[in-house]
Amino acid sequence: MPDNRVFGQNLFGTRTPADQPYRYPLWRYVIALGVLVIGILYAMPNLYPPDHAVQIEVDNASTVIGTKFTAQARDLLENEGIEVKRAALTQRGSQIHLFNELDQIRAKDFLESRLNPVGIERQFIIALNLAPTTPQWLRDLGSKPMTLGLDLAGGIHFVLQVDMQSAINKQLNDEADKATTLLREENVRYIPSEDFVSEFDVHIPFADESRRADAMAVLESSYGPPNHVIEEVEWRGTPAIRITLTQDRLNEIEDAAIEQNLTGLRNRVNELGVAEPLVQRLGSSRIVIELPGVQDSSEAKRILDKFATLEFRLEASVSDRPSQIEVLPYEGVDVRLLKENIVTGDNVVDAQQARDPETSLPQVNMQFDSIGGERINRATAPNIGRRMGIIFIEQRPVIVNEFVNGERVERTKIETTRRLISVATIQGALSYNSRITGISVRDAQELAILLRAGALAAPMYFVEERTVGASLGDENIDRGMLAVVIGLALVALFMIVYYKVFGVIADICLTMNMIVLVAVMSLLGATLTLPGIAGIVLTVGMAVDANVLIFSRIREELKRSPPATAIKNGYDRAFVTILDANVTTLFVALILLAIGSGPVAGFAVTLSIGIVTSMFTSIFVSRGLVHLVYGNRAVRTVWI
Amino acid sequence: MNFNIDFMAHRHIATVLSGLFLVASVVAFVWLGVNRGLDFTGGVLVELAFEAPVDPVYVRTILAEDGYANAVVQSLGSETEVQVRMPPIAGIDQSNLGDNIRASLVEGIGAADLRRSEFVGPTVGEELTEKGGLALLVALGMVLLYIMLRFTGKFALGAVVALTHDVIVVVGLFCMFGWTFNLAELAALLAVIGYSLNDTIVVSDRIRENFRTIRRRKPVEIINISLNQMLGRTLVTSLTTLLVLLALLIAGGEQISGFATALTIGVVVGTYSSIYVAANLLLMLNITSEDLALPVKDGGEDTV
Repeated sequence: MPDNRVFGQNLFGTRTPADQPYRYPLWRYVIALGVLVIGILYAMPNLYPPDHAVQIEVDNASTVIGTKFTAQARDLLENEGIEVKRAALTQRGSQIHLFNELDQIRAKDFLESRLNPVGIERQFIIALNLAPTTPQWLRDLGSKPMTLGLDLAGGIHFVLQVDMQSAINKQLNDEADKATTLLREENVRYIPSEDFVSEFDVHIPFADESRRADAMAVLESSYGPPNHVIEEVEWRGTPAIRITLTQDRLNEIEDAAIEQNLTGLRNRVNELGVAEPLVQRLGSSRIVIELPGVQDSSEAKRILDKFATLEFRLEASVSDRPSQIEVLPYEGVDVRLLKENIVTGDNVVDAQQARDPETSLPQVNMQFDSIGGERINRATAPNIGRRMGIIFIEQRPVIVNEFVNGERVERTKIETTRRLISVATIQGALSYNSRITGISVRDAQELAILLRAGALAAPMYFVEERTVGASLGDENIDRGMLAVVIGLALVALFMIVYYKVFGVIADICLTMNMIVLVAVMSLLGATLTLPGIAGIVLTVGMAVDANVLIFSRIREELKRSPPATAIKNGYDRAFVTILDANVTTLFVALILLAIGSGPVAGFAVTLSIGIVTSMFTSIFVSRGLVHLVYGNRAVRTVWI
Repeated sequence: MNFNIDFMAHRHIATVLSGLFLVASVVAFVWLGVNRGLDFTGGVLVELAFEAPVDPVYVRTILAEDGYANAVVQSLGSETEVQVRMPPIAGIDQSNLGDNIRASLVEGIGAADLRRSEFVGPTVGEELTEKGGLALLVALGMVLLYIMLRFTGKFALGAVVALTHDVIVVVGLFCMFGWTFNLAELAALLAVIGYSLNDTIVVSDRIRENFRTIRRRKPVEIINISLNQMLGRTLVTSLTTLLVLLALLIAGGEQISGFATALTIGVVVGTYSSIYVAANLLLMLNITSEDLALPVKDGGEDTV
C-alpha cells in the first residue's frame, strides 16, 4: 500500500478526484441492497406467530402415521366441534394446528381419550407444542425463526455431573487387583495393604529393592505406554512401584463414562415425548439437558434415573432342575439358561467392536473388572464347550393413562424387559479381557453398544436445575419486546430531533441493523434468551454511536470545509475511531461468550452480532444513503 | 454544539472525587460484601403465583412448620407472587428441595402456578464465581494489550485504570445498596467494560490526533480541546444508551432490572471516567507529543 494516509480510505473510503467528490461506487449500493434483501428474507419467519398445535407421535401403537391418519385425526376433532386450522404430516408424526390455546388443550384431552385407551401402555405420544408457521417458500430458502431459550419458552434445564472420580477409582482398583494377581502368579512378594489406590495412582510396596526389581520385571510388560506410567518410588518409607494412568487414558475413561451416560439419557429423553429436547455434553464431565415445555421436574428426574444392566449366565445342562432354569428366546429358538448369574453389568468395564488381528473376522472385545474377571474365569474354566448367554435388562418408563378420582392422568411406571442378546460357545477359560467371535459386523456393532449400555455407568447427580413456568416465559417475551420497541422509538425520535436529515438516515441504518441482526441470529440457529433481548436493546442504544461519531465529525468539518468535503472527511476520519471502539467492545463480548453459559451466552451472542452488524450498517449503508441524498448535486447547506 | 469547558482545570477535584468513590466502594466491598445471588452461592429458589394474595409471614410460618426454618421469603411485584430462597446446606443433596417446598406450600396455602424454580449446586456456584472473576481480569488484560498495540503504553494504562475504576464503583454501589449480584449482573459488568472502553477510546483517539495536528500547545490544552470536541458525541451516545436502558428498566420486569441497573450506573460512571480518569491519568503520566511519535510521513495527519 503506497498510500496509507487514512486507514479508512483503503478499506471503505473512496478515493475520488477532487472535482468529483461525491461519487459512490455502485458495488457498495449493490452489497448494501443485497444484504438488506437477504436480511429481510431470513428475518421474516420471526414475524409469523407460531400456532398452538398438538403433535401426535407413535409410541407403542403399530399404526404408521401417514396422511390418512392425519386426516382422520382432523375429522375426529372437527366432529367434536374443535376447529382445526391446518393438519400436516411432519417427520415425527401428525401436527394439528389449532386456533387458540383453549382449543389446543381441548384437542389434546380429546385425542388422548380416543387414542390412548385407559389401563394399557401408552399408544401415542400426544404433546402440546408451538408450531412455526413459516410459509413454504421461505422454508425452501432454509429460512426459519429464532429458537427461543427456556426462559422465554418455559421448560426445564438440568445439568448433571458425572462422577468421574468414581469412574477413575474403579479403573485404578482394577489395575491394583490385576497387578497384584500377576505378582502372586509369578511368586513375587509384595507388602499387602488395603489402600493401594489413592486419588490418581496405585502404589504397591515391597520389603526390599530386589523384590521390587523382580516385580518391575513382571509388571513392565503389562504396564507402560500408552495407558500407564510405571515407575519405582519410595512410598511410606519402603520401596514401591507406582502405576499412574496417563492423561490420554484418563481422557478415554472420561469420554467413555460421559458417552455411556449420554446414550442412556438420550434414549430416556426420547421416551419423554418432548417436542425439541436437547441432551449434550458440557465441558469435561457434565451433561446438560433441556426440555422445553416440560414443567414437572420431579417426574422428569425420575424418568432420567436408571437405564439398563446385563447378566451373564451358563446354558443349563440336562441334569439341571427346571426350577433353576429360565427359558428365553434367541433368534427364534428357545434357549435354556441357568438362573444363577456369573457376573452382571456392574462388572463390565468396557466393550468394543473389533476385528481378530489374525483372521480379521469381526468380534466384540469385553473388559471385566477384577471381581468380574475372577468370577468369569472360575465359571468358564471347567465349562469349555458349553454355551453362555448374555441377557440385556432394560428399565424403561412406561406411560399409562389411568382414571384417578374420575380424572384422567398419565402415570409413569418403570417396566423391565429382558432380552437375550448373545449366546456363544465357550472356547477357553475367560478372564478380564474376553472376546465374542463368530458374529457379523453389524451384530458385533450392536452387541458392543448393548454391552456398553448395560455396563455400570459412572454415577451422575444433579448440580443445576432451572425451571421456568410457561406463564413467566410468555411474560418475559412480552416485556422484552416492549422494551425493544420503547428503546427503538426513543432513540429514533432523539436522532431525528438532533440530527434532522442525518437522523433519518441513522434511523434507517438502525432499522436495517435490527433486521440484519435478527436474520443472522435466525440463520446461525442462535437461541434467543431474555438477556439476549437485553443485548438487542443495548445494541439499539450503542449502534447509533458509530453514526453519532460520523455526524459530529461532519459538523466539525463543516466549520472549515464545503459540505461535500466535510461529509467525505467526516466518514473517513471517524472510521478509525469506530473500528477501534468496536473491536475492543467485540473483545469483551467474545470473552463473555467464552465464559458464560445459558443466559449470559445469550447476551454475549446478540451483543457480538449486534456490534458487527452495526459497523456494517453505519459505514456501508449510512454513507450510501448520504450520497443518495447529497451526491450528484451541488450542496450548499446540510441539515445536520 | 460548541463547547469550551476547561475540564482539566477541575482535574484535581476530580482526582479527589474519584479517590473518595474508590475508597467508599472498597470499604463497602470489604465491610458489607457483595450480596451474591443464587448463581454464585448455590442453593434453591422457588417462585410461585397463588390465586389469592398471600402474606410472606404466613408463608414463612408454613415453611418453618415443615422444617424449612432458614427459608427467605419475599413478595414479588404483585401480592399473589412469592419467592422462597434457601441457602445451600453442606453435605445435603438439595436437588429435590425445590419440589418439596412447592408441595409444602401448595398443601398449606392452595393451588399455585410455578413461575420459576432454580437449584444450583454449591460446586457450580463456586465455579461460576471463579470463572466470573477470571473473565473480568482477562477482559481487562486483553484491553490493555490491544490499546498498547494501537496506542501507547500510557493510553493503555489510562484506559485500564478508567475501566477498573468503573467496575469498582459499580460493584461498590451494589455492595452499598445490598442489591443481588447474579450472572446477569456480571454480564452487565462486562458490558460496562465494553461501553466505558468505547468512550475512552473515542476520547483517546482524538487526543492522539490532536497531539499530532496541533503544534505549540501544552498537553493540558490539547486534552481540553479534544475533550470539548468529543463532548457532544459522548453526551449523545450516553444519552441514547441511557434511553434504551430506561426502556429496559420500565418494561423489562423483575428478572432484568438488576442487569439494567448495573448498566445504567456503568454508563454514567463510564462517561465520567473517560474524561476525568483516563485523560487525567495521561496528564499525570506526562504525556507529550513524543509519546505519539510514530512514523509520520505526511506532516502528521491521523496516521495509524
